[in-house]
Amino acid sequence: MKLRRSMLFLPGANAAMLSTAFVYKPDSIMFDLEDAVSLREKDAARLLVFHALQNPAYADIETVVRINPLNTPFGLQDLEAVVRAGVDIVRLPKTDSAADVHELESHVERIERECGREVGSTKLMAAIESASGVVNALSIATSSCRMIGIALAGFDYVMDMQTERGDGTELFYARCAVLHAARVAKIDAFDVVYSDVNDEEGFLKEVELIRRLGFNGKSLINPRQIELLHNAYAPSEDDVDYAQRVIAAADKAEKEGLGVIALNGKMIDAPIVDHAKRVLQKAQASGVRK
Amino acid sequence: MNQEIRNKLLLEPGLEGMEMFEHFAQQAPYLKDLGQKLSRKIVATLQEAIRLSGLQDGMTISFHHAFREGDKTINNVVQILADMGFKNLTLASSSLLSCNAPLIEHIKSGVISRIYTSGMRGKLAEAISNGLMEHPVHIHSHGGRVKLIQSGELKLDVAFLGVSACDEFGNANGVSGKSRCGSLGYAKVDAQFANKVIMLTEEFVTFPNTPASISQDQVDYIVKVDQVGDPSKISVGAARVTSNPRELLIARLAADVIEHSGYFKDGFSLQTGSGASSTAATRFLESRMRKQDIKASFALGGITGGIVDLFRKGLIAKLVDTQSFDADAADSLRDSPNHIEVSTNEYANPISKGTYCDRVDVVILSALEVDLDFNVNVITGSDGVMRGASGGHSDVAAAANLSIVVAPLIRSRIPTIVKHVTTVVTPGECIGVLVTDHGIAVNPNRPEVAERLKEAGLPVMTIEELYARSVAITGEPAPIEFLDKIVGIIRYRDGTVIDVVRQVKP
Amino acid sequence: MKIVKEAVAGTLESSDLLVKVAPLADDKVDLVIESEVMRQFGAQIRKVVEETLRQLGVRSGQIVIEDKGALDCAIRARVQTAVLRGAECKEMNWSALS
Repeated sequence: MKLRRSMLFLPGANAAMLSTAFVYKPDSIMFDLEDAVSLREKDAARLLVFHALQNPAYADIETVVRINPLNTPFGLQDLEAVVRAGVDIVRLPKTDSAADVHELESHVERIERECGREVGSTKLMAAIESASGVVNALSIATSSCRMIGIALAGFDYVMDMQTERGDGTELFYARCAVLHAARVAKIDAFDVVYSDVNDEEGFLKEVELIRRLGFNGKSLINPRQIELLHNAYAPSEDDVDYAQRVIAAADKAEKEGLGVIALNGKMIDAPIVDHAKRVLQKAQASGVRK
Repeated sequence: MNQEIRNKLLLEPGLEGMEMFEHFAQQAPYLKDLGQKLSRKIVATLQEAIRLSGLQDGMTISFHHAFREGDKTINNVVQILADMGFKNLTLASSSLLSCNAPLIEHIKSGVISRIYTSGMRGKLAEAISNGLMEHPVHIHSHGGRVKLIQSGELKLDVAFLGVSACDEFGNANGVSGKSRCGSLGYAKVDAQFANKVIMLTEEFVTFPNTPASISQDQVDYIVKVDQVGDPSKISVGAARVTSNPRELLIARLAADVIEHSGYFKDGFSLQTGSGASSTAATRFLESRMRKQDIKASFALGGITGGIVDLFRKGLIAKLVDTQSFDADAADSLRDSPNHIEVSTNEYANPISKGTYCDRVDVVILSALEVDLDFNVNVITGSDGVMRGASGGHSDVAAAANLSIVVAPLIRSRIPTIVKHVTTVVTPGECIGVLVTDHGIAVNPNRPEVAERLKEAGLPVMTIEELYARSVAITGEPAPIEFLDKIVGIIRYRDGTVIDVVRQVKP
Repeated sequence: MKIVKEAVAGTLESSDLLVKVAPLADDKVDLVIESEVMRQFGAQIRKVVEETLRQLGVRSGQIVIEDKGALDCAIRARVQTAVLRGAECKEMNWSALS
């Protein structure tokens, strides 16, 4: 189980940020070649990210690159560069249907063969940024065995819906739709960025909402949000305590060859054991909630 | 007085050679002139005051640097001394900064031939590193400066002390008047030890000006000048509240280290420097102090707005201030009876009868370089050029129960951890923990601290591991080439020589 | 690869570098490097730049570099970007760029 709570956005054209971002230890780092890069710097950003991906400093951190859409002059070149450079995950922006993913997948497979990379080793994720994307979320989520997650991107979506960002009401359906699609496909679901980096209270409120909904994590635009997010996702001491007892009971039942797991006289079934494992994994990654 | 009595006493054999009383103002003639009595110290011009002080070629002049980059006194006074034709003076400023670049000309022309200072920056430091001076500069710590004075090596002949306001007798502090620098912790030492004290003031205020940081009985002459310093430039270079995520990351780790160091108990004491990360660490300490209901007994040192904030919130009982780093600190010193001003003798002199730094539990310090033996360099950049100050670094590191050094592992391409520091200022044996953005290293001489930090789940690794990580990112830096000439002597706080700085190869 | 016009890549921000390339009439590479970290890393920077130019097959041109403490990976990327721009190159040979 790979934890994907925090996905840190890095503008692909910024050499200084590419040289230090690994110190913040997000669960994944996403180099952006799309919206954060001006048209005249697309080539420069592509080369910076191409080399950053090969830098040993990023070896032990999951790398994601948001490429430009394939219907722009940049998308395919971006893909050529990052698949060859060994990116873990390609993030496709503005995904409206499963066909978008299929087109991407065929190019990825061709490039993998050309450069000698193991076919299938490049994972994909799709960003949902439109009403059709939300409506097609399930077919997008299940479109490829390379898919590891889908992400909701709030800004373009609310524009498409002819509304604007507010208290979250405007995202209610989209969040639920994306989340359900991800759970059916058994892949991860990521929530939108929270753009006011100075509003810690507002950020934590939104994190609490999406955590309770069931999102795996969130896209982040500032490293300062990582620790806050990880702490909010960290299990409480009571959670950890209970999870440890569940696992101990499960171990005991297995040793004794019992089919039924019992804790304090109550029967425990498999999903509870799985949940307990996830709790302990999160505790291992970020400690207990402070 | 009765002439008869006088005549009789003159014939008394036991009083032979002793001066006989004539009238009440015989030794204090100013008492006979009301104008003189009240304003005899006030001199119209600096030139006149300098003549009256008896300053000669070859003597030592001293200054304080509380205005830091905003200082308007040092350059002006030395210019006047140059115009008056003085030569071969020793300049003993408590420190020098980038703003002191005009001194280069006065060194070239022979007005200044020797320097004692805590540090230097900018063009002056560059010129001296490139061999400007015939005699090497003596770099001392804040506490070590007082030691050098007391031991007689550094004899302050005339001190020029700039203050925002004083009264006609010279009672002065840094919290009244216009250009308020806050604490006069450096100047108090010069006022105490200098043979002659010339006070430069921006204005005269009603007598008695209290509290008197510098007291009337220490002041010889007073000259009114337009400006002694610009307090808005005190915090230039010493960053205030940072939003830089990397500095905040280091600050949070430093707060974690304090929390789990074993010293985080009710009544503990702390010092934080003026660097961005150490200032920001105070912010992260607040929630930890509240949560565990811990209050600090005092905070020492250069006082920043961040520390004042904790003090105002009741989390620190007293502030002990040798240098106010910003207007918040200066205002607090003026307004709060529990914010007290101390001299560098009370702060950190190792042979003082009592220093505050001896009672500090935890200190956060900065570094330009740290080596595998934890030795710290805060003077020379990794290009070999001087660009920093010894300050209170070695003083508090030696005295505090736990010294924490905070620094980014890499600054652009410059690695902080090196095999051997370019210049040793603080010996590694005094450093407990190094906190970087890549992880924390604990000095092997503090195994109990390492144990506590690991127990708390903090990213503890060896300094060798951190070094390897840094070299993997930046590559191995080539060694800097130096010439043989010594341009700086690093005096440890007790006056001994701990290292030298050599001229960089052009 | 032939540099046919003047081109620039990069910035003068800390941890970055600015690379300027221009065509030269002669068959030689005129390389000028200025760096904030010249004393510690000058030789390493020159090595990386020369290697990158060789991989690109640049045999002629003026290359001026102003470095602000960039890491090797940024130096490679900026030099490549400037040369590819100066050579008006549209087709990428990615294996020659890594």
